[in-house]
Amino acid sequence: MSAIIDNHAAGRDAAHDHGHGDHHGGYGGIMRWITTTNHKDIGTLYLWFSFIMFSVGGVMALVIRTELFSPGLQIVNPDFFNQMTTMHGLIMVFGAIMPVFVGFANWQIPMMIGAPDMAFARLNNWSFWLLPFAASLLILSFFMPGGAPGVGWTMYSPLTVQMGIGMDFTIFAVHLLGMSSILGSINIITTILNMRAPGMTLMRMPLFVWTWLITAYLLVAAMPVLAGAVTMTLTDRHFGTSFFNAAGGGDPVLYQHIFWFFGHPEVYIIALPGFGVISQVIPAFSRKPLFGYASMVYATSAIAILSFIVWAHHMYTVGMPVTGQLFFMYATILIAVPTGVKVFNWVTTMWKGSLTFETPMLFACGFLFMFTLGGFTGLVLALVPIDIQLHDTYYVVAHFHYVMVAGALFAAFAGVYFWIPKWTGRMYNEKLGQIHFWLTMIFFNMIFFVQHFLGMAGMPRRIPDYPLMFETWNKISTIGAFGMGLAQILFFYIVLDTIRNGKPAPQLPWEGADSLEWTHLPTPVPYHTFETQPVIK
Amino acid sequence: MTRERQNRRLFARLALVALGMFGFGYALVPFYYKICEAWGIYSLGETRAANVNTQIDSSRTVTIEFDANARNLPWRFRPIVSHLQVHPGELATVEYEVVNTRDEPVTGQAVPSYGPPYAGEYFNKIECFCFRQQTLAPGETRRMPVTFVIDPKLPAGVTSIALSYTFFEVAGRGGKS
Repeated sequence: MSAIIDNHAAGRDAAHDHGHGDHHGGYGGIMRWITTTNHKDIGTLYLWFSFIMFSVGGVMALVIRTELFSPGLQIVNPDFFNQMTTMHGLIMVFGAIMPVFVGFANWQIPMMIGAPDMAFARLNNWSFWLLPFAASLLILSFFMPGGAPGVGWTMYSPLTVQMGIGMDFTIFAVHLLGMSSILGSINIITTILNMRAPGMTLMRMPLFVWTWLITAYLLVAAMPVLAGAVTMTLTDRHFGTSFFNAAGGGDPVLYQHIFWFFGHPEVYIIALPGFGVISQVIPAFSRKPLFGYASMVYATSAIAILSFIVWAHHMYTVGMPVTGQLFFMYATILIAVPTGVKVFNWVTTMWKGSLTFETPMLFACGFLFMFTLGGFTGLVLALVPIDIQLHDTYYVVAHFHYVMVAGALFAAFAGVYFWIPKWTGRMYNEKLGQIHFWLTMIFFNMIFFVQHFLGMAGMPRRIPDYPLMFETWNKISTIGAFGMGLAQILFFYIVLDTIRNGKPAPQLPWEGADSLEWTHLPTPVPYHTFETQPVIK
Repeated sequence: MTRERQNRRLFARLALVALGMFGFGYALVPFYYKICEAWGIYSLGETRAANVNTQIDSSRTVTIEFDANARNLPWRFRPIVSHLQVHPGELATVEYEVVNTRDEPVTGQAVPSYGPPYAGEYFNKIECFCFRQQTLAPGETRRMPVTFVIDPKLPAGVTSIALSYTFFEVAGRGGKS
């Protein structure tokens, strides 16, 4: 049937449906994982990789928060502190939150559209394996003379031009990360457009697939611009160009424009797949179809298109004329409209639904509430006169952690708890899952809610030391950070415990789940699925 | 077309889009400068016209006439230029030349006067040889500057100001200043 390159296994009988964990291809052990072209295996690789990166980035956050526990410099010097803030950002954005959703994409998209695998299975393998190399480059930069670059994840010039060789390591890491994302996105778009089972029209696809289709287009359009910006930084550093050097006729503000032209679509790249997961989880636990399917598709598309014309709201204070500030302010406020449509639709899905609150639903509801809060603070920051005050303060830090952690990360947790029975054939421990949720929820808010106060009181970002008046909120924030860190160790235990000792899952653990992987496939799913595509009626 | 060919074609198209967007990132560089220029937004990358001094009132021109007198003094005293056109607010410098024709050192003090007399209020001298006594050696020739700026608050009808110096001998000095 499909002409997909699927023969990582010489001499394997393609008609066999083995349980996951059985005989895969000709390889066992480590070679299986290095050479796999199976979307489920690659999904697993992405998920574990992102968890490792999440832990590394998390430790860096704890270093930051420990230093910030008290005013004064206690445990690190300012230079190393800057390296921590930079690497925490880069690792979390490019190493944790983006790959986790690619992991979901790999696992779920083929199953949800009735395809046997991704369009380019070998390319899929390479897209993954680029990541550990890129992550190694990033980590290696710490051991170079001068250490890792302490430039912030946004890597503004002219500071980037002054950094040591660690900066070049980071630039090459970003190149590799970008290549992985772009190739992965091309793979995803081709899979979704060309390989849907007969009867699976675009407007019948699960929302998760739609959000990934749109996200993949955003990635293909935006990521190359980042590649350009860091390449220009590289040539400014070593090859005599002056893109961002005023003495040579360039302009540092130009870097900011190019970076944020990528940077704003990037945050929607992070958010949209999370929206997709929520759109699967909430209807399942409301035992009701998603409200307003078509408007959800249009709203997501509107968000994606609008995301290209708001970038300079990150730059209100560079000396832009008022007209420019106003344009970007209005466009940014406008993006709240389709986002609001989505939030209302999720709430309406729950309205008069038959609700139960297992762990995936807890995280989905947590997402709903806290992503909305984060959206509100985003609206506050969109307003130019207010942003002049709050730019580069902890208010901004609070805002983006609300949308990216209480937003995207919670959606990822919801997805893991939701789909782990399907992937492994085992149920997680519901009691422990609930404890994980509540600990994460409480400690997350402890860390970041108080940071709004810090920002409004005037505490700047990216500083290792601060005036005494900021001490109380900083102490609370740090305590929250350690609590949240411990809660994630519990999550790690829950996942391992599920895989090893989880109770066998029923065919349909979630009554209201109705996408193809739940209705057409056994639990756990076999290594190869939909080798003969179903006809969707 | 087989599935595989369809997939490869789509791959090629999307790869082209990615390459195109990389080029677009570089295209943003000239875009940035062109748009800033078109919208009159000053950018570091742009060469500016010479700095404009906003204190100068270019809409008015005042003629300054220079006059020199020596009273009971063996000095020849004359302005180098007889008149000068200035804008109020604009800094200007002129020179006067003085020659001591006696064969011994002579000390003099210059005293200014203005025509019309009230124009003196608006005639701001920054540096002037009249601020201190001048001692000339026998036969010495000296060029001395006056740096001044006309206050923009000069009444509207005044289009010409005369600056007249009179050198008086400082008696009893005889060369000691």
